[in-house]
Amino acid sequence: MSISSGEPWQSAALLLLVGAGCLLAISGVPGLLLSWRSIWGSRIATALVVAGSLLGLAGGSLAVGGHGGAVIGFPSPMPGFRAGLGADALSGFFSLPVFLVGGLGALYGASYWRPRSHPRNGRRLRLCYGLLLASLTFITLARDGMAFLVAWEVMALTNFLLVTTDDEDPAVGRAGWLYLLYSHVTILCLFALFLLERQLSGDFALGVIPAAAPQSLRTAIFVLALVAFGIKAGAMPLHSWLPAAHASAPSHVSALMSGVVIKMGIYGLVRMCGLLASPPLAWGITLLAMGSLSAFFGVVFALGQHDLKRLLAYHSIENIGIILLGLGLALVGRSAGRPDWVMLGLAGCLLHVWNHALFKSLLFFGAGSVAHATGTRDLERTGGLARRMPATAGLFLLGSIAICGLPPLNGFVSELFVYLGLVRAAVTPGSAWAALPAPVLAATGALAVACFVKVFGITFLGTARSSAARDAHESPPLMLAPMAVLAVVCAVLGVAPGLAAPALERAAAAWAGQPPGGLSLAGLAPLSWISTTAAALLAAAALATAAVLPACRRGRRRAPALPTWDCGYAAASPRLQYTASSFAQLITSHFAWVLRPKVHAPRIEQLFPAPSHFDSHAEDLVLDSLLLPASRGATQVSARMRALPQGQLQRYILYILAVLVPLLIWAMAGESAGR
Amino acid sequence: MLSLLSSLVAALLLVNLVALGTSRISTVVRAVASQGVLLGALAVAAQGRLNATVVALALASIVLKGWLIPIILFRALRQMAIKREVEPSLGLLPSLLLGALATVLAVAAGNRLPLAETRLAPLLIPASLATVACGFILITARRKAISQVLGYLVLENGIFIFGLLLVEAMPFLVEVGVLLDLFVGIFVLSIIIHHINREFSSLDTRRLSLLKE
Repeated sequence: MSISSGEPWQSAALLLLVGAGCLLAISGVPGLLLSWRSIWGSRIATALVVAGSLLGLAGGSLAVGGHGGAVIGFPSPMPGFRAGLGADALSGFFSLPVFLVGGLGALYGASYWRPRSHPRNGRRLRLCYGLLLASLTFITLARDGMAFLVAWEVMALTNFLLVTTDDEDPAVGRAGWLYLLYSHVTILCLFALFLLERQLSGDFALGVIPAAAPQSLRTAIFVLALVAFGIKAGAMPLHSWLPAAHASAPSHVSALMSGVVIKMGIYGLVRMCGLLASPPLAWGITLLAMGSLSAFFGVVFALGQHDLKRLLAYHSIENIGIILLGLGLALVGRSAGRPDWVMLGLAGCLLHVWNHALFKSLLFFGAGSVAHATGTRDLERTGGLARRMPATAGLFLLGSIAICGLPPLNGFVSELFVYLGLVRAAVTPGSAWAALPAPVLAATGALAVACFVKVFGITFLGTARSSAARDAHESPPLMLAPMAVLAVVCAVLGVAPGLAAPALERAAAAWAGQPPGGLSLAGLAPLSWISTTAAALLAAAALATAAVLPACRRGRRRAPALPTWDCGYAAASPRLQYTASSFAQLITSHFAWVLRPKVHAPRIEQLFPAPSHFDSHAEDLVLDSLLLPASRGATQVSARMRALPQGQLQRYILYILAVLVPLLIWAMAGESAGR
Repeated sequence: MLSLLSSLVAALLLVNLVALGTSRISTVVRAVASQGVLLGALAVAAQGRLNATVVALALASIVLKGWLIPIILFRALRQMAIKREVEPSLGLLPSLLLGALATVLAVAAGNRLPLAETRLAPLLIPASLATVACGFILITARRKAISQVLGYLVLENGIFIFGLLLVEAMPFLVEVGVLLDLFVGIFVLSIIIHHINREFSSLDTRRLSLLKE
């Protein structure tokens, strides 16, 4: 075992991160030894995860703060290669959200998934949760293909077990299998990827693939990385597993999946793109196109949903699109030799990775609180929750503002970086096409605002649409506190993006293979202006709240409790309110060509029509119109193939001959031609 | 010496055609037995001198293939009251023609194979390929399980001829392995025959298709 390191604290960072990973991995084990009724299993697991996360946060901050990086090499149990773990700024950058969201998720989960109410699967959930966090840590630390694959597979399998926690529900089972199928495709692509990489660079260590390598092989590596990591990240044509899996998992697991696990796809893509020297322009443009597609259609599909967690899942696809736009821009900048595009694109990409981890976990925690309080994820059965769950509503509102990319919160900053980079590229002669993704991004932001107006309005405003929503209760403090922490971090990053700037600069310089300190982010983006505006906006909001809140309180005390004026209609009921579908219909009707909503509407033909019902349901286009028909076709073809085996030995031997004889003739023909 | 060798090879190929063209199982068994004896003689003739390896090989081939295995097969024929006809699924004349065609093709193809050995290869390679092909035809074009055993034996003989080319390079152990493999194959197949017979009171492998799925 050997440690090599540039700076002394880099080794400390690496050791802290490895220690954190080990602590997280064993966090669920003590619970296995205790009875499922015992509250201590849950408490010990939570304490261990929190301790591991704190350790990891320290290690990750150290790693982000340093140049270069430490690498531990140790002989692996398998012969022929040495396993390597290492920490550099990029590893640190991607591991910090793991520990923040993971630790807060464990705290949240301790109240959300109590051992008493979930006796059957609580222990399994906690064990897999700790293992998942550990595997995520080791993915960011892996410095050779084998270690990466092992960590990746552990992540995929524990994540499958977490998605299917509630496996008595057949829909959850289906979501789990779909996820597992996609994971297998990913791991197959990764095997091919690392074998190719080994062919080019000589060993499994993740080293730079030189530009001198054959271009076809380099393109093959890029395409494999794009498919494998694109599936994991949920980029648009490869996303079909994502909505169902996110909706089915317990909410703190959904938060972790959406906030952190899918970012491992981005991490892999960033890492591989960084290793491929002098990328062709087409790669960056591919990423830009994929990013635009994901961002725009992600939010369009989100508008069509009325399951709260499914909707948030589609927003993950949208945000992955924004992240890919940043990465694509950085890649284009590297091909074009423009360090400023690289800096702005990668800063936007990486900062949005953090931001999305923060606000999406916040939103999933909020969705979990809503589901916990009302027992449903269906938007049409909620309503008026702001009155019964004011803290959840306020925090959810903050998360919504952040995800819409509105100032003064953090989502705005990273999207601004991407905009600035795109505009810089667009005004450069010869690359006017870079102006194309910018309006897509703008439209995405606008639709996201519409979507979150819908979500917040339908869920928290108005009056309750079901008795469950009427009897909702506020979540316990242990579920609110993690949300509050996330909201505070969102606000801090929104007001002071300068805090993240040094880390972003180092990560971008390391990624592009340039010496650190060449370009400063503050010179490219108006960081101080962002801070001032955001602080002013926050102060104004705080002042306005402080001024209006006492008046509201007084008003509420004085006013009699009466129903809203119903325009003289005598039998007003909550069903007269806008529903989620009717609110979104204004926009979704323009996108019926891609959403393909299945609408069951009653035909009203006479006076006094009988009671009827209306429902609409937006399917996933790729899954339901492409993959399922294709797999049905494949099943039919293979059913025809089943007639071939007749159970006769003679025939089987004939089949073998029918393959072998042409092969022999082919080999001989090739041999004589070679002579 | 070479003329002896070529007449042995010619006899071997003729025996192949006899095995394909006859309608009586006992004749096929005898043909295969005589092929075993011929193989033993071929092993000696191909080397041109007598050393311990070659003699052991020839003796093993003659004793096992020319005597022991035929005895086992004749006993199986007697004990299980197998009918004496071979019941071809392809027809005797077509399989004979196919065998002849395979022999011609083997002669045509054998000379094009790139091999280091040049003295014996022009004779032995076509013989080997033709015997393997005839073995395959016997396996695929006959219905009774016992004909499949016989086809398998012919196939193995073809491989044995190929092995003669390499007898100097190949360790003795490998040759013994080939024979042992053959012996085990016969053993297993006799058990299978026995069980098919017990189960369906027939040796027709068509009955086996009932077992599919």
